[in-house]
Parts: sequence; C-alpha cells; structure tokens
Amino acid sequence: MIRAGLHALLSHWWRHPFQLVTLMLGLATATALWSGVQAINAEARASYDRAARTLAGSERDILVARDGGDITLDTFVALRRAGWQVSPLIEGRVDTDAGPLNVIGIDLFTLPMDDLPEGIGTFGGSPDFVAGDGQLLVSPATQRRLADAAGLPPRVSLADMPDAVAYTDIGVAQRLLQRETFDRLVIAAPPALNAPPLSQVAPTLARRAARSGNDIARLTDSFHLNLTAFGLLSFAVGLFIVRGAIGLAFEQRRGVFRTLRALGLPARLLLGLLVAELLVLALVAGALGVALGYVIATLLLPDVAATLRGLYGAEVDGALSLRPIWWATGLAIAVLGTAVAAAGSLWKVAHLPLFAPAQPRAWARASDRAMRLQAMASAGLLAVAALLGWVGGGLVAGFVLLGALLVGAALALPMFLSVTLAAFARLSKGPLAQWFWADTRQQLPGLSLALMALLLALAANIGVGTMVNSFRATFTGWLDQRLASELYVTAPSEADAADLRAWLDPRVDAILPIRSVDATLGGAPGEIFGIADHPTYTDNWPLIEAGPDVRDRVASGEAVLINEQLARRETLWPGDTIALPGWTEATIAGVYSDYGNPTGQAMVGLSRFDALFPEAPDLRYGLRVSGDTDALARDLQAAFPGAQVTDQAAIKRLSLDVFERTFTVTAALNVLTLSVAALAILTSLLTLATMRQPQLAPVWALGLTRARLGQLELLRALLLAALTFVAALPVGLALAWVLLAVINVEAFGWRLPMQLFPRDWLWLAALSLLAAGFAALLPAIRLSRLPPNELLKVFAHER
Amino acid sequence: MNANRLTRRGLLSGLAVLPIAKASAQGFAGMGQAAGEFALPRPDTAITFPADHAPHPDFRIEWWYVTANLEGPDGTPYGIQWTLFRSALRPAPVTDGWATSQVWMGHAALTTQDSHFAAERFSRGGIGVAGVMLAPFEARIDDWSMSGPDIGHVRLTAAGTDFAFDLQLATDKPFILQGANGYSVKSSVGAASHYYSQPFYRVDGSLTLPGGAVEVSGKAWMDREWSSQPLAEDQSGWDWFSLHLDSGDKVMGYRLRGAEVYTASTWITAQGASTSFDNGAFSAEPLELTDVNGNDVPTTWAARLPVRGLDVTVTALNPQSWMPLTVSYWEGPVRVTGSHTGIGYLEMTGYG
Repeated sequence: MIRAGLHALLSHWWRHPFQLVTLMLGLATATALWSGVQAINAEARASYDRAARTLAGSERDILVARDGGDITLDTFVALRRAGWQVSPLIEGRVDTDAGPLNVIGIDLFTLPMDDLPEGIGTFGGSPDFVAGDGQLLVSPATQRRLADAAGLPPRVSLADMPDAVAYTDIGVAQRLLQRETFDRLVIAAPPALNAPPLSQVAPTLARRAARSGNDIARLTDSFHLNLTAFGLLSFAVGLFIVRGAIGLAFEQRRGVFRTLRALGLPARLLLGLLVAELLVLALVAGALGVALGYVIATLLLPDVAATLRGLYGAEVDGALSLRPIWWATGLAIAVLGTAVAAAGSLWKVAHLPLFAPAQPRAWARASDRAMRLQAMASAGLLAVAALLGWVGGGLVAGFVLLGALLVGAALALPMFLSVTLAAFARLSKGPLAQWFWADTRQQLPGLSLALMALLLALAANIGVGTMVNSFRATFTGWLDQRLASELYVTAPSEADAADLRAWLDPRVDAILPIRSVDATLGGAPGEIFGIADHPTYTDNWPLIEAGPDVRDRVASGEAVLINEQLARRETLWPGDTIALPGWTEATIAGVYSDYGNPTGQAMVGLSRFDALFPEAPDLRYGLRVSGDTDALARDLQAAFPGAQVTDQAAIKRLSLDVFERTFTVTAALNVLTLSVAALAILTSLLTLATMRQPQLAPVWALGLTRARLGQLELLRALLLAALTFVAALPVGLALAWVLLAVINVEAFGWRLPMQLFPRDWLWLAALSLLAAGFAALLPAIRLSRLPPNELLKVFAHER
Repeated sequence: MNANRLTRRGLLSGLAVLPIAKASAQGFAGMGQAAGEFALPRPDTAITFPADHAPHPDFRIEWWYVTANLEGPDGTPYGIQWTLFRSALRPAPVTDGWATSQVWMGHAALTTQDSHFAAERFSRGGIGVAGVMLAPFEARIDDWSMSGPDIGHVRLTAAGTDFAFDLQLATDKPFILQGANGYSVKSSVGAASHYYSQPFYRVDGSLTLPGGAVEVSGKAWMDREWSSQPLAEDQSGWDWFSLHLDSGDKVMGYRLRGAEVYTASTWITAQGASTSFDNGAFSAEPLELTDVNGNDVPTTWAARLPVRGLDVTVTALNPQSWMPLTVSYWEGPVRVTGSHTGIGYLEMTGYG
C-alpha cells in the first residue's frame, strides 16, 4: 500500500516536471541567498576571532593613561620597580609596499604566554627576536603577502597565527611605528605584597577591567546584521515561491489524495508519505542551495572583504573555507523553510473530508477571513514599527523596526489591493469591465503571496537605493569640502619637511600642515588632528553643530571640534567638554560631519596641538595652489624624489572607490531579491492558470475570444504590479528613513540627510512592470492557445 | 636538554629564551651554537675587586646568588634565597634600549619549617629595570634589589604576592676565591667557571609572612659565578652544599651528576683562609628520599670531606622546598649534625 501510495503521489511530479523545477528552484534560491550571506558572515567572524586573539592581553586588566594619551617608559619602569607586574603593549599600523600591516609590540619577558596566539608557542625562540633587527612573527599567508615588502625586519612564519598582523618585540614595534611610548600596560600578575598603590606610583594611569568582547566585531556588527537582514529577506521571498509550488502540487493532487484515502490508505500514513516526500525534496534542494550559496559567497566575499578593510580596517580572508556547520545549517534552514511553507497545505490534507467534492472556490471564500486577520496583524506590526521609530534606540531595535515595518506592510497589501480594486469596480461601466475587476479581485488570494514578495523586493530596492544615493550625494559633497587643498604631499623625514616647506613657500598660496596623533577618545581609539587657522578650513568645514565664535576659539586653542560619530556616541555637543591627552577638559566648540571612518576624531588648533603633542610628526601638508597644479606636482616630485605627492582628484577617486565597493554587496543582493520576486509571480500565475479554467470557461462561452482573454490576463498582471509598486513606494521611503535616521546612526555614528531620487523610482517601476509582464506572458500565451475542448471540459465535469 | 632537567648553568643558558620556553619544550635550543663567540673562563685570569662584582657581559651567563639562614626572636629557623641571573643572548656590546642582548632573571624564596614561598622575575637590561652597578653597588630586577654603598654592606629586598623580606647584610671579611684562584672546574672534560664567594655576611632585618612580620637575624652566603661553557652533555643536575659550621668554619661542596660524579669543595676557616679540593675529596650520598612535586628528591645526605675530618648528616629544614618556577629545582635551608654541627643551604637541580 505504501509503495502504491508513494507511486501515485510521486507520479504527479513526473507529469508536472516544471512544477518540480519551480519548487526546487525556489527552495534552492532561498537557501542559497541565506547560506551565502551566512557563509560570508561566518568567514568574517572567524577572521575577527583570529584577530581578537591577536590583541595581546585582552583577557587581563590593563592600565591606560587617564587622559587617553600614551604611556612613557619612565612610568613603566617606575611601576616595575615598585613591584607592579605590568607588561607594555603597543599596537599600530605600518604602511608597507604590500599594503598596511598591523603590528603588535610585546615584551616576552613580562607578558604571560597565555595571552598570545597559539601559533607563537611553536616559535622556538631566537636571540634575534629581541636583539638586532628583530623579527616579525606572522601567519604563512601574511608572510607570502609581505614577501617583497622592503624595510621590514625578517619575517618568521608560524602556523595558527592570525592573518594580517605581525607580532614583534616591543622595541622593534616602537621603531617601526616611530614611537617611544606604549598604548597600554597589561597587568600580567598581581603586584608584590608590599607594592605601593597605583595612585602613588603612577597617578596618571587608570586601571581598566579586561576588555569585554572584540572591538572589530562590535564595529562591524551592524554591517553583518545588515547582510543577515538581507539574507533573511531573500529567504522569505524565496519561501513565497516554495509556498506557491507546494500549494499547487497539493491542490492538484487533491483528487489523488481522496482516491488513496477511499482505497484505505490511513490519513496518518498519507501525511507521513507527504512529509517524507517534502523532506527529500527539501534536502536535495537544500544541498543544491548550499552549493549555490557557496558560489554566491565566493563571488561576493572579495568585495565584502574590501569593504570591511576600507571601512573598519578589519581584515577578512579573501578565501572561503567550507565549514561542516554551514552545510548543516543550510540544510536545516531549507527543511525548516519547507515546513513553514507546507504547513498550511499539510493541515488541509490532514483535515480533508473523505467524500467532500473538490472545492477550488473554497480557497477564495476562506481567504476573506484570512485577509481580515492579516490586516489586523499588519496594523499591529505597523503600530509596533511606529512606536519603535518614536522611542526605540539601539541597532537591534532598529532592525526590529525594519522587520515590523516590512512584514506589516506586506500583510496589509491584500487589503489595500482588495479595497482599491473594489473602488475601481464601482467606478467601472459595462459588463466586461465589471467582470474584469471582479475577476481580478477574485484572483487576489492566489496571487497575494507573490505580490507580497514583490512588495518586499520593491520596498527594499527603493529603501536601500534611497539610502545609498543619499549617502553618495552627501559623501561627495563632503569630500569636496574636506579635500579643499589641490595637492597633498608627505615628506620622508622632518629634515626633508623643512626643506620642502622652504621650497614650496614662494610657489603656493598656502601650506597647511596635516598633523595627527592616535589617542583614546571617550574610551575608544580615535585620532586627534591639528588644523591651521586658514580660510580653507574655516570656510569649508562641514559643521553640523557650532557654538559661538567657532573659528576664533579653535584657532586660539581655547576649544576643539569633534566629529559627529564621537558626538553622537558620547552625547557631546558644543559647550560640553572632552578629555584629550594633556588637556582633560577641552571645551567643544563645534561638531563636524565625518564620513571617512567610524572612529572618533577631535581637531585642535595647530599651536595648541603643537604644545600638546610636540612629538607628533610634521610631515604631511595640504597645498593651496592657484596656478598649474600638475606642473607644480611634477616639479615637486623632481625636487624631492622621496616625497609622496597626491592630487586631490586621486584621493577623491580612491575614497569614492571605497564607497562604491561598500555597497556592491547591497546592490547584488537587491538584484537577486527582485529576480526572486519575479520568479514568485511567474509561479503563482502558472498555478492560477490551471485553476482558473472553470472561471474563464463561462466568459469564453459568452463570446470573449481566447486572444482577448490572454490580453486581459497580461493587463491584469501589469495592473497588479503597478498597484503593488504604488504601495511599495511609501514603504520603501519609510525603510530609507529607518536606514538613514536609525540604523546608520547606530551603525556608523552619522545621520545623513534623506534625499529623494524620483528618476530611480520610474526606472524601478518600469522594471517591476517588465518583470510582471514577462511573468504573465507565458500563462497569457498559453491561455490564448488553449484548445477550446479544454474549456468545454469545464462544463462536462467539474475537474 | 629538557627544561625540567637543568643544571644551574643549563638553567642560565636557557634563560635567553626563557619566556618563550614557557610555551615550548624546545625553547632552550639555539643557545649552543653561539657559545664559541663568548669569552671562556681561563685559569690565568686574575679576579680583582671590586671590578669583578660587576657584570661580565662578554660571558654568556652569570649570577649573584645569596642564601641566608635566619632565626626569629624565639629561635624559629627561616631561610631566604635571593638570586639575580644574567644571560647574554649573543656576544654583543652592552647597549641601552630595548634591543639589548642582556637578559635578567630573579628568583626569590622564603622557607619556614612547614611552608615555602617562591617568586620569579624576568626582564631585559637596557631599560632601567634590571642590572648590576658597582658604585654604589646595586643589583636589581624590578622591585627586588641588593644595594648599598659597597657589596659588603647591602640591603636585600624581594617580595612575592604572599611573602617579602627586607634584610641588611654586612661583612668586612675577604671574598673567597673558589677552585684555583677563582677558576672552578666543573667536569673532567674541562668545563669551568669563574667563581668566588662571600660566606661571612651577618644579617638583620624582617620577613613578611602571611601571619605577619618577623624580626630575624642570621648568616648569609653569596656566590658569584660567570661562565660561557655549557656543562658536559651527560651532566643532568647537581647537588650543591654551602654550610656554616658552628666552629666558624665554612664548607662549600658540589657534586655534579653525569656519566661520572664530579665533586669539588672548599674549606674556609673562620678567619677567611681557604683551601680548595679537587674531584673526589668531597663526597655526598643520599640517605633519605622525599616525594617532592611527584619526584623522589634526596632530602637527607651524608656529606664527607675526610681531609678535614668532616662527616656530617645534612637534613632539609623543610623537605618541600621546591621552587615551582619557570625553571624548577629544590633549594632550601639545611641542618648539619655529626662530626660538626651547623646550618647551611642546599640546592639540587635535575630532580623534577
């Protein structure tokens, strides 16, 4: 019986191979997008974890300078001589021929070995590590990358070392980073019994509890949450297809189910066979999807890696490793998705009345009730979204808001369409028009899932598009303001810098020093810049908040400027004070927008900067040039071959390049989501086409030609797509607002002005009509060529 | 050479890469090759004071090794150890800054009849945390120091997380050259060191114990030794005795364990006249083993120097005087009974 039952059930797929393909395709696509995104996230997280372990001493308490500045050798020596078991650490970035390299300087004599990556355990130890040129301990991959880098100490490659970071002796690190101080002291062990208290030995230092968590992971969290949200969205859209295909397959096999039950197959067994069938399909499609996801991830990962490096300085391996856990979760999500999509259909089979006739109309009738329920759920979700938009804070709340908004809008769509169509029906005249509207409304339940998918895809497109374009417009404008100097030059040494200034003096309008030091700002790593009092800055500076006399107060060294990220993170606005190294209560005069990086920055007038940080290198200058910039650049390079000369255009190009790469992934996922939505429409229409014959046959019998019926089908699809687009527009704009005003502020620390791009909407509207048109074309053509006897059959027997 | 089977010298040759050795059993490799470029002890080198109290950076290894037998007001015996080891990563001029080739290690311990506290310190030279200066004399690593106007009059301090000591050491007696005018042979195949001692320090000061502070007084002994030559391949450890006899005489005797047992010894009179004896004159036989840190360690010995009529039993004050440090060994105060009575210190390496 099982065998016969299985044979009967499976023969359906044999007769409807396209349905099988649709089901598999939908499930595989959904799984692929989801697992692709997960793979990228997993790879990135693994990289962060490796990187986190590189941050030596992260699990012990540390001592940092109270003012966020550096720690001197004298302080370290005083602490050691007082019985404090501290170990110095220095971290920084060295620019090499082969790109930037993070260098961590450690003192192996005082740092506990457990604080170091496992790989260092295999380091046999060599006198060269401490004395002489020193050694850089790196991973094999980093060693390959640095193979030709000049000016670095010899590298020693160790397995199990994190990538893109080099461990070296503290002294070697100081030399590479051109510093004589430390970032922090790790408390390696409890102080000696009779050691005096910290406040007595080193009053300028503060004890900090062990770092909790991983800085890079925290910084990039938002980015990954973003990707995950997209993955989930794509998965949800994919499930609509699966739902459609499964619904159709069950609907069409209703007769078979009834026959099998009538022949004595227990309901429980029938259900079991169907579940087994779905499980096999889900596993096969899931495996296919995971493989496809691997391809997607491989294609996207280099861009993601470039983005993360450009945006956060986080290093992610360009290569993807296949993790077993990833296969398992991919298959699990496919099975879970299938279960969700099939739950309704299975429930129906379980409650199938044995002798009741097939009821294609029942679906439509029942859906009225369902639609009202959906509308209520939607109203609830939208209320939650509005509430979160009003009071919510935090990244997670932001994403919950996003989810509530999107799902709420999707659930409201059938009601919106139904009401709109009813209005059209009331306005229409003539039997054909009235039938058309009524028939369109009648089809809503069958199409609503696909249309909801379309709505989500369109809203996501509009929202993300608006966000990216607003960002781009703001960013370009900001670059123009910030990169006001025509040329930028970096001297190789202080001595050369003096000659350079002398040489430049008669040739340019102004030489603007660009000086900076790393410092801890508001408890997190940041940078302090010294700025000259020059109209280039004061006229162009993009201040978003300013107190009185900003220019004079900053120039005279009375007050400082901070960037928007820092201001929002620490809630510091003009009038508040911030602790800088050597200047514990610096008044904030203004807040400037800064889209270059997510870290905090402060700007100090150049004279005050010089007093605070006399050791900060004075090597970089912005040059205001009124004559021929190119000629000056050439002369400058010829006169100072060691100097690095960059023109404004090149820097802008580079910055915009980083920017564009940041959103490559977003754009790719956008396109994929829209394609999936189009596929959903196609499958839904195909599903409906067969079911609709009983409804079309009377219209045909009344004299409407098949060709005309086909045209009306096409028109209906376009109309529904257009209405969906209209509904998607406000949802998309709301999404954009959430992204710009909530998510971005949380994730990056800046709030961008929202700008509208109606031309993009037209383009998207055309695209969605095109997609719907294409999706409807095949069913419409089929209808126009349907043999009349098929339509006649409707009158002969019900099904 | 296994990290746990070290001689005093092996211990020092390992010091160069010690912090790294914490994670690696092979950490002690790599030192042998450079041996040829370091200075070697020579029998004709004359030891001069105070110059030779200072470091000898052209030799690979060196130490300032102080042990003291102390007594509380109620006669309770205590022992302390204070050692500063110097090791050169490579034969190079001494430079200031991080890139120095001079590496320092400190060991400190406090022993009572029923407890034993130990601590260690590591540092490099060149940055002002560890080193030895001559005038005024200061031997230091971190907060531990031996300092005073001259090496005969110093304050000796060290502290761990659960113990501390602060002692004044003083003597006007001469330093004792060990071996042949300070040239001390360590094996019959020729390994040797420069070696002198100051066994006459009088000590006053205080100990800090978990139970509180204790005023103490007693006797201290300092060994100074420097060399570059590793021991013979087969030598796996040694047993080293420094004894203060109640007669006022002092005895130094060591026993190197290898394919052969190699001994050397010095008899020092209360007036500071010394006589050194070559291999075989001194002998020491384990009488009793104690389970220390999972190993059998001899904690009672029969020590003999028949030439001077010495035939004594040497018993550990606290058999569990294990130094559970990066490099571990046994070191603690002892009692002397038999033909002579007295107190002293015993160091045993290569048992754990």
